[in-house]
Amino acid sequence: MEILKHALSANALLTAFAVVGLVMWLSNAISKRLLFGRVHGSAIAIVIGLAAAFAAGLWTGGDKGVVDIPVFAGIGLMGGAMLRDFAIVATAFEVDVVQARKAGAVGALALALGTILPFIVGSLIAVAFGYTDAVSITTIGAGAVTYIVGPVTGAALGASSAVMALSIATGVFKAVLVMVGTPIVAKAIGLDNPRSAMVFGGLMGTVSGVSGGLAATDRRLVPYGALTATFHTGLGCLVAPSILYLIVRGIVGG
Amino acid sequence: MTISGVALLAICTLLGGFLGDLLGSALGVKANVGGVGIAMLLLIAARLWLTRRGLMTAGVKFGVEFWGALYIPIVVAMAAQQNVLVAARSGPLVVIAGVAAVLVCFATVALISRIGKKGETMDEIEAKARARTPSAGEPTV
Repeated sequence: MEILKHALSANALLTAFAVVGLVMWLSNAISKRLLFGRVHGSAIAIVIGLAAAFAAGLWTGGDKGVVDIPVFAGIGLMGGAMLRDFAIVATAFEVDVVQARKAGAVGALALALGTILPFIVGSLIAVAFGYTDAVSITTIGAGAVTYIVGPVTGAALGASSAVMALSIATGVFKAVLVMVGTPIVAKAIGLDNPRSAMVFGGLMGTVSGVSGGLAATDRRLVPYGALTATFHTGLGCLVAPSILYLIVRGIVGG
Repeated sequence: MTISGVALLAICTLLGGFLGDLLGSALGVKANVGGVGIAMLLLIAARLWLTRRGLMTAGVKFGVEFWGALYIPIVVAMAAQQNVLVAARSGPLVVIAGVAAVLVCFATVALISRIGKKGETMDEIEAKARARTPSAGEPTV
């Protein structure tokens, strides 16, 4: 047992790859077999991650989730700011500029609204729940944009880990709602053509929520929605810790 | 070479981070302002430039796309190290903010989709595409 522990801790990052890989595999199996693709595997994996962090917090009394358990220390490196930013930047590689131009003004409008509206909603609710400092309000508001924009914003502004967790949880909850809710509301919101799928991707933003929700609605709409959605996170990461933060700070002060 | 793709990605990320810090101090914010977003724009620009020059080799592509494919697992690892215990204590905020944000966005999609001309539905587009190809029937891809 001691020898196994040593082998796992000495190769912390490899242990993290193995553990997260197993979680991803398990989540995809749950998604396929138990939920019939209704909820995307990645959303389930993130929920498992949050649940593990919750359990670890109870067990260790620490504030860094599973990273407080020595064997899982590598998760801290794998999910830390360095590799996270590295991987997010890499996703920009898939954006097709020519295709994106076709989305045109309506896509841009949807992207702008899709960043600003959830941010306003999230910020107002943060204020309603008693948060008064601009950093926390902005981080929670950004979490309502997507679960990536939330922590990126929080990390940039130096938000507390608790606020970061709230922000991620809000974004993940939104992604899950989008995945489950899209097929239900698809008809009512006119989601049956590429144009509205692009509007949808720009407004909803969460790539896993959009691709999961559209896949459950009509597979052919997925690339159109994902196209605008891939811009969403970048746009959010650009404006939330900058312009939006400055506006919030201007309103609440400090 | 695969490493050139990884290096390109690293350079864009580092440069974006640097410019974000620079922008932050210029704006008087003690934070990185949009570093990730700037890095993404740099990477898109680099890809267009490399493609135009014919320098976009399979190795370069693989070096970048490998990390892009790891993005969801990395987000899972990130979720697993958050202070969820504290967040759970203020649970209602998450539920209310999530539901409200999604409802507002769904409503806006409905609104924008109705503004302006109605686009062709996927069924209509496929029907047209099928009519254009004389050998109608199942696509043989």
